[in-house]
Amino acid sequence: MAGNPDRSKAETGIMRWIDDRFPLTQMWEDHMSKYYVPKNFNVWYLFGVLSLFILVNQLLTGIWLTMSYEPTAEGAFASIEYIMRDVEMGWIIRYMHSTGASAFFAVIYLHMFRGLMYGSYKKPRELIWLFGMCIYLVLMAEGFFGYLLPWGNMSYWGAQVIVSLFSAIPLIGEDLAQWIRGDYLISGITLNRFFSLHVIALPIVLLGLVVLHLIALHETGSNNPDGVEIKNHKDVNGVPLDGVPMHPYFVVKDLVGIGIFLIVFCLIIFFFPEMGGYFIEKPNYEPANPLKTPEHIAPVWYYTPFYAMLRACTFNFWGMIDAKFFGVIVMAGSIAILFVLPWLDRSPVRSMRYKGVLSRIGLASFVVCFITLGILGAIPTTEERTLLAQIATGIYFLFFILMPFYTRIEATKTPPERITIT
Amino acid sequence: MKKLILMAFITLVSSSLIAAVGTSVKLQDANIDIQDQQSRQKGMKTFVNYCLGCHSAQYQRYERAAEDLGMPVDLVLEHLVFSDQKVGEHMTNAMRSNQAAKWFGAPPPDLTNSVNLRGSDWVYSYLLSFYADSDRPYGVNNTVFENVGMPNVLSELQGIQERVCQTTPNEDEHNNEPSDVINCQLKVKADTGVMTPVEFEETVRDLTNFMAYMSNPNAAASKRIGIYTILFLLLLTTLFYFLYKEYWRDIK
Repeated sequence: MAGNPDRSKAETGIMRWIDDRFPLTQMWEDHMSKYYVPKNFNVWYLFGVLSLFILVNQLLTGIWLTMSYEPTAEGAFASIEYIMRDVEMGWIIRYMHSTGASAFFAVIYLHMFRGLMYGSYKKPRELIWLFGMCIYLVLMAEGFFGYLLPWGNMSYWGAQVIVSLFSAIPLIGEDLAQWIRGDYLISGITLNRFFSLHVIALPIVLLGLVVLHLIALHETGSNNPDGVEIKNHKDVNGVPLDGVPMHPYFVVKDLVGIGIFLIVFCLIIFFFPEMGGYFIEKPNYEPANPLKTPEHIAPVWYYTPFYAMLRACTFNFWGMIDAKFFGVIVMAGSIAILFVLPWLDRSPVRSMRYKGVLSRIGLASFVVCFITLGILGAIPTTEERTLLAQIATGIYFLFFILMPFYTRIEATKTPPERITIT
Repeated sequence: MKKLILMAFITLVSSSLIAAVGTSVKLQDANIDIQDQQSRQKGMKTFVNYCLGCHSAQYQRYERAAEDLGMPVDLVLEHLVFSDQKVGEHMTNAMRSNQAAKWFGAPPPDLTNSVNLRGSDWVYSYLLSFYADSDRPYGVNNTVFENVGMPNVLSELQGIQERVCQTTPNEDEHNNEPSDVINCQLKVKADTGVMTPVEFEETVRDLTNFMAYMSNPNAAASKRIGIYTILFLLLLTTLFYFLYKEYWRDIK
């Protein structure tokens, strides 16, 4: 007898042979056929599996793009045109990748909003949230590095603006920015290292984090719209009464979601791949030119809320920190504060369904501010818009800073013992 | 559902708080028909005759254009490839960019992606908006691209266009600061070009159409493949839906 006798094993045949050497049946049961998922999942619970689906899309299309892409300042732009014009189906592969990047952020934002709404970050799921936040951070870096690769003029100037943010850090800033670029300006050297980070380093980190995120998730089990634990009520076999196995039930359900997603995704790829300049920006149709600044530099839409916060900081903070550095701190803080969210929420209940009116107002204003900032970050500034961005930034932070107070003092409803099906 | 409506409302409110950004010059509608192969073929003829001498289309191959626009390759080689280039080569010219920069102030930009970069309306309006201006080195200026470095290469077709401005006193009584309204129009001097204004607009439209093709050579294929893909996905998703319904019949 080989292998660990405590594990689930197939009786005979090739599966038995494998199970004696590798816990395949056990893994399948742990994560699919005997992994119990709350059966009251609604549409918000689709975005996790969709982000996994898009990750695979990005990896596969990325591999094929790398086959024809040339990571040099001299050849990068032309190699993109080569992919778009001469490589068989190259244009579809590239649009799948560029649209995939936007889709990735879209589903991740919805996935995170789901977490906020149903309290999925609360005890005992703090680590899932933390791993998720790391994924989000790596994803932002991945998108940023990838955006330089087409070596279009907006790629160039976008990278120039973002890297120059590091130079706002006192004392070490200038040297740090130069260290990141590997040059005094964004150059072919920067392109080479961004390429390496984009296609090797960050994807490896990303995959590792996704595995950690999922292991943590499968350890605690999923939260659900009611925010109650399905593990509290089990039948005699230890199966949660309100859970259904991931496979086949949620596999077939997720397939419907993937189908609907693919329809939307393909509509964009085939009919609006540039999305009016929001997915592929117009100035990126001319090669990087250090002497020609685009009229209006805006990051891609998924970074615009943070860019708006950066630009909203137009004043020197108490005369001590200069405006640009203050902006960088605010921008970094806006993401950092999300990491401590599990410890800011003091509510006795998880789901927004049972939280009080203050939490609801908080979340609604947070969403309004985030979208407002997103729009403001994409368009040129005026005095009124800067004021609006400052207010929105303030509310963004207040949502988190005041959370320990309003979640504690508000009256909450008592959640049901078991999940409710609506 | 209520939440979705709320979210849509939120987005609407946030976006209406922010006024749209407008461009200063009003562009004319290019009104191109990307299905019109003949228009694109004529556009390519104009392009190689009038543009390619100075501007390259360095990512566009003659042969690909021939295939996509439905022209026999040997005819293209005979009538549209003027240099000793082969039909599979990119549409480039012999102008050196450092010399060109000396002659025009800046090297003529590559035109393969110009419609992606500026939009077809811009290209169309720009080509129609040259006017005589003796202050400029090549004797012309452009209302869409002020102080442009390029001469009006199509002037033998269009004729000499002039900018005629009329000043009329503002008679609006409610206006606190009455000022003169300056109304400028571009007018072609009669019998200076070989084409009528209508013929010329048509020629520029065809040229714009060809340039739109170069910017997006996959547009036609994209629409064709796209429709089949969407139809397939609709079918597949319907199957998935029934599969889901079948499995979940026993749950709840």
